[in-house]
Amino acid sequence: MSALAHGMRMDAALPADVPAMENSQALMQADGLCRLFGPEQGCQDISFTLYPGEVLGLVGESGSGKSTLLSTLSGRLPPDRGRVRYRDGADWVDLYATGEGRRRALLRTQWGFVEQNPRDGLRMPVSAGANIGERLMAQGARHYGRLRQSALDWLRHVEIDISRIDDTPNAFSGGMQQRLQIARNLVSGPRLVFMDEPTGGLDVSVQARILDLLRKLVRELDLSVILVTHDLAVARLLADRLMVMRRSRIVEAGLTDQILDDPQHPYTQLLVSSILRV
Amino acid sequence: MDAILEVSGLAKKFVLHQPRPTVLDVLENVNFEISPGECLVLSGPSGAGKSTLLRLLYGNYLASSGSIRVRHGQGWLELVGAEPRRVLAARRHTLGYVSQFLRVIPRVTALDIVMEPALLRGYAKKAAQAKAEALLSRLDIPEKLWSLAPGAFSGGEQQRVNIARSFMVFWPVLLLDEPTASLDDKNRQIVLELIEEAKAAGSAIVGIFHDAHALDAVASRLLHMKNEGDSPHAP
Repeated sequence: MSALAHGMRMDAALPADVPAMENSQALMQADGLCRLFGPEQGCQDISFTLYPGEVLGLVGESGSGKSTLLSTLSGRLPPDRGRVRYRDGADWVDLYATGEGRRRALLRTQWGFVEQNPRDGLRMPVSAGANIGERLMAQGARHYGRLRQSALDWLRHVEIDISRIDDTPNAFSGGMQQRLQIARNLVSGPRLVFMDEPTGGLDVSVQARILDLLRKLVRELDLSVILVTHDLAVARLLADRLMVMRRSRIVEAGLTDQILDDPQHPYTQLLVSSILRV
Repeated sequence: MDAILEVSGLAKKFVLHQPRPTVLDVLENVNFEISPGECLVLSGPSGAGKSTLLRLLYGNYLASSGSIRVRHGQGWLELVGAEPRRVLAARRHTLGYVSQFLRVIPRVTALDIVMEPALLRGYAKKAAQAKAEALLSRLDIPEKLWSLAPGAFSGGEQQRVNIARSFMVFWPVLLLDEPTASLDDKNRQIVLELIEEAKAAGSAIVGIFHDAHALDAVASRLLHMKNEGDSPHAP
């Protein structure tokens, strides 16, 4: 039933309203993932499917296994059991059964990883422009003028003054470094981005700016994101759905606002009711 | 007209684990259906579960049992037990929800908030902006506020921004939780007109209205709800 058919005014310029294809194929699948360092330390029994354009939040307290799971999903930490599969075009790639070369190529071209500490994700001794251009060069781009143009475009995208293109990130504030790290990851047009507490180390005012930026970029670029955060307000703002982790296991999963407004598991209820409201 | 939303045997109990295990039976065996152009008003005392029912219909609360079927695109979607991405797709295209409260996001302007539902459906930015501006004007939000984040707006202004957002696009099913509460007469009248226009355009509306004048103006049918559940009890 379209708006036009009902003669709503002013809608003449708007397209007829057809629900978008929501039957798209999965992008990533985890089956029975397990990586333990000790009893209930790490992650276990993790299975889920991620679809294109979805933002999945992993929430829970420190030590619940969120970061271990993120490492395992992103090709950085082989699981003890289980597997991670990623769809690359028409092929499904088994992340840890495939060769190191393929895994690295994925990481460089189709994936991004935004670290909590921008110093871990940036190359500090080289210029902002070179930080952004690096992934494009790794993909074979060599034309200096075009690399520089992409760097300028992305600095603008993440609201960094373009006159800073030749400065090294050492001279940047924490918030600027984090925005540069985001640009460096997104310049190559990844389909899936992993984020580990992307606003974790920042002042609240700086945090708001990064969150606003991430929200916009995720939508504009139709990115899939797996986001680790212990901050439920960040999760509400960015994530479509949540998995709540406790002692290495997922205790509850579902639509973000449903988990936060009608939590079912005793641990989730405790987590949600412990937030201080201002 | 054929139904667009069918609710049958719907129940909701809240099982609270903190501070001690408690069960609240809020809804039991709710049944109704509604067709395009109808406005079903939920009536009953405070605590009867009216808002809870609206939140169940939106997928914000998890049903304990029963079925909520909504016509979405070419088919029917069972919302109870649906995957998150299906619920989100239904919210993008089929299910609209209006409460009195605006969720303010730092740095996002009033205009961007109002345009968002149209942009999510892929409308051209120019057309979306024109419509958003028309709605904000109609709801008496001064133009100098449009490019500001509503964090600092008055309660009434925030509420009207939220209403403008909700009427940005056509919703096959529109859920209204006291949209006119605490508005002055003039603005309440505008909201009632917007509701009438949505009905005329074919929205099926399920709403809660405490104000008798608003209720008389928009209701086509009433669904009486009363406290049927037991008092809170241990599981």
